[in-house]
Order: sequence, then C-alpha cells, then structure tokens
Amino acid sequence: MAIAAPTRSEGVWRTAWWRFRGDRVGMVSLCIVGAFLVLILLSATRLVASDWQSEVGVPNAPPTLMGPRPPEDLGTIDVPKGPNVDLSDVDPLAPRYKEWAERAAKMKTVEVVRTQTLPFGGDRLGRDVMSKTIKGTEISVFVGVLAAVLATSIGTILGAFGGFFGGRADDFLEWLYNVFTAVPDILLIFAFAAVFGRGIGTVVLILGLTGWAGVYRQVRAEFIKHRGREYVRAAEAIGASPTSRMFRHILPNVSHVILVRLSLLVVGFIKAEVILSYLGLGVPVDQVSWGTMLAEAQSELILGYWWQLAAATLFMAVFVTAFSLMADAWRDALDPRLRGAE
Amino acid sequence: MLAYLLRRLWQMVPTLIGVVLLVYLLFKYFGADPAVILGGLNATQEQIAAIRQQLGLDQPWYVQLAIYLKQIVTFDWGRSWATNEAVSNLFATRLPATLTVMVPILILDTLISIPIALGVAYVRGSLTDRSLMIVTTIALSISFLVYIIIGQYLFGFQLGWFPVQGWSDSTWTNLSTFVPLPVMLAVLVGVSPQMRLYRTFFLDELGHDYVRTARAKGLTEDAVLFKHVLRNAMIPILTNVGYNLPGIFVGSFLIEVFFSIPGLGREVLLAVNRSDYPVIQAATVYLAMLTMLINLATDLLYKVVDPRVVFK
Repeated sequence: MAIAAPTRSEGVWRTAWWRFRGDRVGMVSLCIVGAFLVLILLSATRLVASDWQSEVGVPNAPPTLMGPRPPEDLGTIDVPKGPNVDLSDVDPLAPRYKEWAERAAKMKTVEVVRTQTLPFGGDRLGRDVMSKTIKGTEISVFVGVLAAVLATSIGTILGAFGGFFGGRADDFLEWLYNVFTAVPDILLIFAFAAVFGRGIGTVVLILGLTGWAGVYRQVRAEFIKHRGREYVRAAEAIGASPTSRMFRHILPNVSHVILVRLSLLVVGFIKAEVILSYLGLGVPVDQVSWGTMLAEAQSELILGYWWQLAAATLFMAVFVTAFSLMADAWRDALDPRLRGAE
Repeated sequence: MLAYLLRRLWQMVPTLIGVVLLVYLLFKYFGADPAVILGGLNATQEQIAAIRQQLGLDQPWYVQLAIYLKQIVTFDWGRSWATNEAVSNLFATRLPATLTVMVPILILDTLISIPIALGVAYVRGSLTDRSLMIVTTIALSISFLVYIIIGQYLFGFQLGWFPVQGWSDSTWTNLSTFVPLPVMLAVLVGVSPQMRLYRTFFLDELGHDYVRTARAKGLTEDAVLFKHVLRNAMIPILTNVGYNLPGIFVGSFLIEVFFSIPGLGREVLLAVNRSDYPVIQAATVYLAMLTMLINLATDLLYKVVDPRVVFK
C-alpha cells in the first residue's frame, strides 16, 4: 500500500531565513553587527583593549593622521652667566649634599616614553582613544543587550501569565501595566536611579525594570490569541500542564514577535545608557562607555580636541544604524504584518 | 458625554493609587534611610533619631503611608531636603522655563514634520523618499547628546550666532535670545522620527478606496491630499501629539542641563543627584496625574476631529 509521503511544511524560522536572505540591506547589517560582536568578544576576553587605562601617549595626543602637535614655545629665561657664588659656609644643608647625591644615585628612575601621536588620538590623560572606544563599545552594547533581555523576560513572563490565565491575574497585571505607563518613562527611570544608586548592574536593572511594558502588552495579546487554538486544546487533552502549554507549546509560536521586540529594545536602551551615563546616573567614571566618552568629549571639544567625540560617535552610529536596519529586516522577515510599525 | 467623562475619571483612581504605592514602596524599601541623608556626614545618633521622629519614620508603616497620602491630597510635600524651598514653590517657579522651551519645540516639530511626511508619502518609493529614509535612519542612530555637543560648539562657540547658554527673567528675552539654539537642535532631532511615523500614517490613508474615488471624480491632487488624506490622517497624528504632550511638562532633561535652563527637568535631575526624595516623589506622582488627564483630553479631542467617534 503506497502512502504519499507527507510533504514537510516549512517552519517559520526557515521561511523567515529565506525571506531575510533576500534582503540585501538586512544581510549587510547582519555582517556589520557580527563584526562588532566579534570585536566585543575579543574585548570581553581581554584579547584586545585590556590596557585601555594605561597612559601611553602625551595628554590629548592628536591622531596619527594629523601628525604630532608642534612644540610649544616655552619662553625660558636665559641661563645666568658668570661663576656661581659659593654659599657652602652659610648654607646649613651643605654638609649633607654629598650624602644625598649618593643616595639619589642608588635610586633608579625610568623615563616613560610617551608617544606623540596615537592612531585615533589620546584623551586628556593620554589614554588611547581606540582602546577606549573598543572597551566602551563592549560596555555600552553589553548594557543595552542585557537590559533588553531583562525587560523582555519580565514582559514575556507577565504577558504569558496574563494572556494565558486571564481573570484576576490578568486584571492585576493590566493594572500594573497601567501604573508603569502612567509615569513618563524618563521620570520613572530617574525615580529608580534615585534609590538604586550608580553602576553598570544598576543601569541594567533600571532599564529592565522600567522597559518591560511594551513587550508585556504584545506577548499578552499573542497568548490570548493562541490559548484557544486547536493545538493548545489538543495539548491540554493529552494532559499537558498549564506551564507546559504556556512555555513549550505557545511560546515557540510567538517567539518571533518577542525576538523582534527584543532587538528594538536593544537600540532604545543603548541610546538611553548614553544619556544616563552623561547625566551621571549610569556607568561610573572608572569604567568607560560611549556615554562617559561623550561626557568627556564635551569639554575637550572646546579646546579643539575632537577625536574622542568623533570616535565614540562613529562607532555608535555605525552599530546602531546596522542594528536597527537588522531589526527592521528581522521584523519584515518574521512578522510581515508589523511592517511599518515603529 | 458627562457620564463618559466621569467614568474615565473614576477609572483613573486605581491607576493613581498604583502610582502612589509604587513610588512609596520604591523609596521606602529600596531607598536609603532619609534620616541618614538629611543628617549629613557628621550627624550623631541622637540627631538621626530626632530627624526620624520629626519625619514620622519611627511610626508603623500604615501611619507613614497615611502621612504620605495626606501630603498628596493636600498638595503639601513640605520642603526640599537640599534647599529648604517649598516643593510647591519649586514647581511653580521652574515650570515656566520648561514650557518656554518645550512648547515651541512641540509646535515646530509637528508643523515641520507633517508637510514633509505628506510630500514624501506622495512620492513613495522614489529616490527622494528612499534617500530621506536612509538619511533619517542614520540621523536617528546618532545620540541626541552628540547633536547638542556639536550644535552648541558650532553655533554658540565658533560662529557666535547664539549665546552658549543662559537665562533671564524676561520671557521675551528668553524667547528671542536663549531659546532659539536649544529649540533648533531639539527640532532637528525630533523631526526625523515624527516624519517617519507620519509618513506611515499618510501611506495608510493613500491606499484607501476613497482616495481612488476622489481622483476618479476628477479632483485635483491638491484637493485629494489636503482635503481628504490630510484630514483623515489627522486622527493618528493627533493621538501621537497627545502622546507627546505630557513630555512638555517633564521637559527635556538633556537640553535643560546642557543649556543651564532653570526648568523642571534640571530640578528633578538635581534632586536625583542630591537624594532629595520629596521633590522626586512629588514630580513622579503629579506628572503621572497630569499625563492621565492629558490622555483623557486627547480622547475628547477625537470628537472634534472625527465626528464618527461616539463616547460610550
């Protein structure tokens, strides 16, 4: 008896990947983001830019392309002419000069040669701007991604519970959602920052705890749509527990929506980190991020040292542009209905 | 209409209670001890105990919550811990500066982005449309911070067209001298996202049947665009403006800090840096209240723009 072999239907990820591959802009931006991730990985494993704090150049060393700064006219006073007056019989310290000279000869001093120019220039302490930018990229992207993962996790779990169970739990979560969206975003972030203090972990926590509302709303809507579908009823019929139905059956079917939301959040949080760090509420001063670099750049620019500003802006602009284009391409590939939504 | 209004106001109550509870719990359980902050570095145990008693911190939690609720209802938050200025006075004196900057930004943003968006949506897919989309994507990826750093340096410091920063007592001097540069920079940054959003609204409308019908009956393109499409797209645009409206009271923290404008945003930021809890708490609760009221007002405005809307 010949049974027609069941034709395998294409999975959502597979078709999405096909759609994505056709998107040239999406592929290029994926490559750029990939290159950045490699750089961040190298920086995180301390293979590059681990010495960003060492002062290798002269203060505010200009970029190599511009050549070293012309030596300043120091305006020294002429060396006095004529023989020295011998003061040794009135100088109370005279008997000890010889002893001190001997002791001084025993000490070794090393003259650190600081380079006059650095590839991307140096900051006010003479630290290499290139290493700083790489380290800053690592921290800024790390904060953005981790905060987005936290916000998405909170939003997904709450949205899944609210949407799946409905009733009292849903009412409560809807109330919570209303409360969090009633306060203007930036004010909510400030209120959290006022009580939690400063630091990288704190920024992640603040952004994550204040940014989950959008994800929650969408995941809840998806769960409401899915909970009555046949495959979920079928799973219930064979005895799947609510947890299993929520996270093993429904979640994979809405994961593309979550992924798109996550990538949009990353862009928003990276921008937020920059502004928070500038205002002194984010990454502390002994660390480096795009935000702290821009905060330093403000006073440097007035003195004409533009390279730190340029480096941080360039890295941030390239990464954020590539990441948002990639997120747009993901969205178009995974959920064509969302096209055009901001 | 009145019934609708009353019901909406009634629905705000639980949300407002939630905001109040959130702020209360946040500062009570995660914030540092107010008595220690107020006492300063050299406070003795007795002084801290005295402050604690004065603030009611030695009372059980429900008494504290009652004190807190009384502050909200009577609009009396006491005095700022840092400057001893009454919180209500602080708001009254800082809000005008914020509005002087934020109202022109909101108006210019909207007035500039609507015509550009309409024009771009009309020529969708053309080179102009695509290049503008690419330019705005890149422009959006650069931090607002960079725009104001460079803008202040270039226009204020190098070219000297505007004062670098400053503020005066006269509204007119402020509007003519100190406001133009921050407003210009904020509008420059604000127009791109608005324009992109409004473009999608116009594209939505342009795809509808009524546009085809209007063209089929021989209306000029101007009439189609400005009388039909623009009016219909005004509903989502209005929603978006309404959504942005509460922001003008919060102010742009960055602009106010950067240009030393003595507004509400800068005051709240200062309060965060000084751990000045009364100011932060009052700002959060009242601005949440204001946001909800503005949202209600926006909903009521729909009726004016779209006669089909019926309040239930």
